[in-house]
Amino acid sequence: MEIDPFIFRLSIFILSIFVGYYVVWSVTPSLHTPLMSVTNAISSVIIVGAIIAALAGSSNTVFETSNIFGFLAIILAAVNIFGGFLVTQRMLQMYKKKKK
Amino acid sequence: MSANLSAIFYLISGILFILALRGLSSPETSRQGNYFGIAGMAISIIVTFLTVGNFGSGFIYVLIFLLIGGSLGAFIAFRIPMTAMPELVAGFHSLVGLAAVFVAISAFLKPEAFNLGIVGDIKLASLIEMSLGAAIGAITFSGSIIAFLKLRGIMSGSPITFKGQHIINLILGLTIIFLIYYLCISQSSNIFWSLVLISFVVGVLLIIPIGGADMPVVISMLNSYSGWAAAGIGFTLENTALIITGALVGSSGAILSYIMCKGMNRSFFNVILGGWGATDQSSTTNTKEQKPVKSGNADDAAFLMKNASSVIIVPGYGMAVAQAQHALREMVDLLKKNGVKVTYAIHPVAGRMPGHMNVLLAEANVPYDEVFELEEINNDFANCDVAYVIGANDVTNPIAKSDPQSPIYGMPVLDVEKSKSVLFVKRSLSPGYAGIDNDLFYRDNTLMLFADAKKMTEEIVKSL
Repeated sequence: MEIDPFIFRLSIFILSIFVGYYVVWSVTPSLHTPLMSVTNAISSVIIVGAIIAALAGSSNTVFETSNIFGFLAIILAAVNIFGGFLVTQRMLQMYKKKKK
Repeated sequence: MSANLSAIFYLISGILFILALRGLSSPETSRQGNYFGIAGMAISIIVTFLTVGNFGSGFIYVLIFLLIGGSLGAFIAFRIPMTAMPELVAGFHSLVGLAAVFVAISAFLKPEAFNLGIVGDIKLASLIEMSLGAAIGAITFSGSIIAFLKLRGIMSGSPITFKGQHIINLILGLTIIFLIYYLCISQSSNIFWSLVLISFVVGVLLIIPIGGADMPVVISMLNSYSGWAAAGIGFTLENTALIITGALVGSSGAILSYIMCKGMNRSFFNVILGGWGATDQSSTTNTKEQKPVKSGNADDAAFLMKNASSVIIVPGYGMAVAQAQHALREMVDLLKKNGVKVTYAIHPVAGRMPGHMNVLLAEANVPYDEVFELEEINNDFANCDVAYVIGANDVTNPIAKSDPQSPIYGMPVLDVEKSKSVLFVKRSLSPGYAGIDNDLFYRDNTLMLFADAKKMTEEIVKSL
């Protein structure tokens, strides 16, 4: 009997939750705000779905409703990607050690 | 690009995202971690373009929209003041949520583009995954909007509660489950739209009963939701990068919520069900205003601190509101010149989001190795000469250790009262957010400095 590919994805998902659990506990509390902004940025990898949706079947210039939702999602995700990574970078630049 | 090859690249992206979070274990490695994250994102986007392989006019539009969104995001990222970080993060969460909803809608309208079947005959598993993604995404969106409005002060931070609230939420929650079930049988688009609509309503109802000071929990919780929504969409699209990321973000937000709840000694459900402070006021009014209070001015404070050998600063949200962090740093610099040892003590729920105080102090050029968490520094108060409490209140209240009747009993607090003298900067004797009187005000070793946090700190700087 063959295993449904869904089971593989589910395995990846469950294992990633465990990886996330251990990795996040090791994050120092003083960096919890950058942690939130960077998780925000990476969850915008949802843009891959938006790109597929926007380009689906549109070799011409006629766009269907599904394409339009894709384009809207691209804008939202792009705000998040650039905003999230840049604001994280800006915060991390400020964390400095004592000058000796 | 073949499906197998792109799947491998998505896996690499996922690993880079894990490394991005791993980097945050210390400020040293964090900047490198952020670059890993950016690299992972770039790989994902490029691979998606190559996989779709459609470089017609649509591709140009995609790039244009990407640039519009990107420049808007960059603009916000550079302009936002650090004090406004909580509302920025809440706002960003809402965007992820809405993007998840839009992708789900698109997949529902045109399933063949995603290999999910055809309209009216979408694969059962995909249908469940996309409706979960859409529902959680919609809850994240409207919930984050409410959180944003509350944090921004556009909406009052006080909890909005009404009779039967929990029952309505329960009914709506069950309705969502029922609609998903019915959608799987009927494949009807009307059901899908009602599902999205009801989820928007649930998001609003979930957040309005939660008060302003519980915002750290709310933001973390919405962070978690945005992750689960992304994972739902990841399953629909059969995309590893999205599944891994969703799981990471989901567990990250859940852990942060847990840490925040523990910092307040409250159960997660207690926070979610809302309405703290509103119910406890009756027990607190009896002994107020009668006890003697010692108050001083900036010169007294300067004298005390100049002659101390060690000072611990306890900052709270009030410091952020008054924008006093830069003046504070100036004061500390002067003290250090006088040979005083100065450290900072940060309570887990100081501020409006996890780690908020640390960012504000970092912005004011306070070195991060002078800033300590509650467990690290709490024993040091007994050996310290002066504790300078600025903008914090409930997190220093010794009543949390002594009075089982108190609503904050059991909450971990900073042992400020153990230091030889306490300087408490506050505008008045009014109780903190929890609505309880702070016992610390009336202690013999406490000197109240009645003033705005920034003004007082600046005056101390002058007299130093």
